[in-house]
Amino acid sequence: MRYLLKRLGFYLVAAWAAVTINFFLPRLMPGDPATALFARFKGKLAPEAIDALRATFGLTEGPLWSQYLTYLSHVLRGEMGVSIAYFPAPVSQVIGTALGWTLFLAGSAVVLSFVIGSLLGVAAAWWRRGWVDTWLPSALVFAGALPYFWLAMAALYLFGFQLGWFPLGHAYADDSVPGWTLAFAVDVLRHAALPMFTIVLATLGGWLLSMRNTMISVLGSDYVNLARAKGLSPARVVLRYAARNALLPSVTSFGMALGFVLGGSLLTEIVFSYPGQGYLLVQAVRNQDYPLMQGIFLVITLAVLGANWVVDLVYLWLDARTRDSAS
Amino acid sequence: MPEPLLSIRDLCVDYVTARGHVRAVDSLNLDVMPGEILGVAGESGSGKSTLAQAILRTLPPPAVISRGTVRFEGRDLLELSEDELQKLRWKRISMVFQSAMDALNPVTTIGEQITDTIRAHENVSQAVADRRAGELLERVGIAADRRRSFAHQLSGGMRQRVGIALALALEPALVILDEPTTALDVIVEREILEQIRELQRQLGFAVMFITHDLARMLEFSDRVAVFYAARLAEAGPSKDMTTDPAHPYTRGLLKAFPRVHGAREELASIPGSPPSLQNPPAGCRFHPRCTQAVASCATDTPLLREVRPGHWAACPFAK
Repeated sequence: MRYLLKRLGFYLVAAWAAVTINFFLPRLMPGDPATALFARFKGKLAPEAIDALRATFGLTEGPLWSQYLTYLSHVLRGEMGVSIAYFPAPVSQVIGTALGWTLFLAGSAVVLSFVIGSLLGVAAAWWRRGWVDTWLPSALVFAGALPYFWLAMAALYLFGFQLGWFPLGHAYADDSVPGWTLAFAVDVLRHAALPMFTIVLATLGGWLLSMRNTMISVLGSDYVNLARAKGLSPARVVLRYAARNALLPSVTSFGMALGFVLGGSLLTEIVFSYPGQGYLLVQAVRNQDYPLMQGIFLVITLAVLGANWVVDLVYLWLDARTRDSAS
Repeated sequence: MPEPLLSIRDLCVDYVTARGHVRAVDSLNLDVMPGEILGVAGESGSGKSTLAQAILRTLPPPAVISRGTVRFEGRDLLELSEDELQKLRWKRISMVFQSAMDALNPVTTIGEQITDTIRAHENVSQAVADRRAGELLERVGIAADRRRSFAHQLSGGMRQRVGIALALALEPALVILDEPTTALDVIVEREILEQIRELQRQLGFAVMFITHDLARMLEFSDRVAVFYAARLAEAGPSKDMTTDPAHPYTRGLLKAFPRVHGAREELASIPGSPPSLQNPPAGCRFHPRCTQAVASCATDTPLLREVRPGHWAACPFAK
């Protein structure tokens, strides 16, 4: 318990550092970013917008420290200013919608890839030199080595355009009514299937290989040998003794992957015009929407930290050794 | 003459590598009597641990059992199907592994590793199995509530006791001890060996005790078998072996160990080192290091002869 609080403290400090850097970066730029932006829009920006901009950057009157405090209190309340590209929607609202879609699409793709890849890795190690072990690793590593945007576009062209099995883009059809209905859920799944498939295909090989390699060394260990000698069923030997131990290194990578979901699904969302975080970031950059960019960076940082904290928790639960060294 | 519990005949185990076969156990004949302690000694790499795993057929590839029979309670273990073998393992033959550090699953409690074994072989509830796990631990001098502990929370000696408790969980007829005390200090080693002996007296199981420590083994076992370069060099009663070893290799080994009891003697090591099993010498494998070797030793493979009642040696000059 004390360990958890200590870790939590560490993550809070890291989060504070990220927020602070986020505050100072625009101030390191020459000039006043708000005025510069305003000038670039050549009067097309409403006067309210420049006030919003200034408020976002904390460029209010007063010394730096009071600006910093204003900024901090805004961040704590989730107020990140007003988006320029989506004016007058507040940044928090714009990000909130996109965040949901990204978490759904990339989040489930990463979980799916991790689960399937690890199970395939277990199978490959157990039936070593069997067909799973012979063909799948090289095929999947090949798929993973293809440039992702090419893979995604090829899948879109083949299954979306030529065969017409899947829609070409967006999160749901234009004529769909968002809501907790079965029809809408099916529509959303149909739209997510192809992008999800491409993410899984591109990342499966890594999970498979890392699980397979750890499994092979664990299968040679004394405790697995003893489990076999004890006359336990092969399923129990493989899952409870071998895979349970081989999973530990993969959990760390899984945490990292989970953290990068928010920033890393950029290409997927562009190719499939999926209204997620990555797509939003591109829009923000195109429109020089600084408040939105700042907000997105902040969310990505916090997501990476949050995912790491969750992995810490999972690790404690999975491995008693960390529990003891922690207290 | 009682029936042997375990009877190994002409057993060969090979490691199949890209550079050819390496025979780790070569044409072995060996019996274990019910209720006896048989010591198996040999230098590292002489094939003794391979033998232990070959009996339970848990040898990982590239090891292959290429020839022979292993009769146990009237059945040839090498002929059993994987299912039959799974039922027999631990129920009739169990094992204590060399390194207690690595033989326990680090992520589950030691209690769970005992109960899953019990429940894999007997149709009992989790509660009953759990109570029995506690009793087994108490039997080897560990408090019953330690079954909730993980391996890393126990000392080396305690872990090895857990290994012994685990080996006795199903009251097997044969317990194979594969260098059970190598990782422990001498005091803990003595305690553990005495405990095994005590339990063996109470429960009457047979023991195959594998070690490289000949002196310790002679003290602990009823009968002793000495391996040299994958082959049996000599086998006989411990007393006879201590006082009057027949094979030059055993004699050399005995001189190389200090005696705890008895007169102080000059320690002498055997010159040279054990041969590589990839390319063993022809004839008697010990002849390049043997002080009594004659020309024929380099060409003729010596056969095991009964030099005294129940005492066998693979040396033409043994008396």
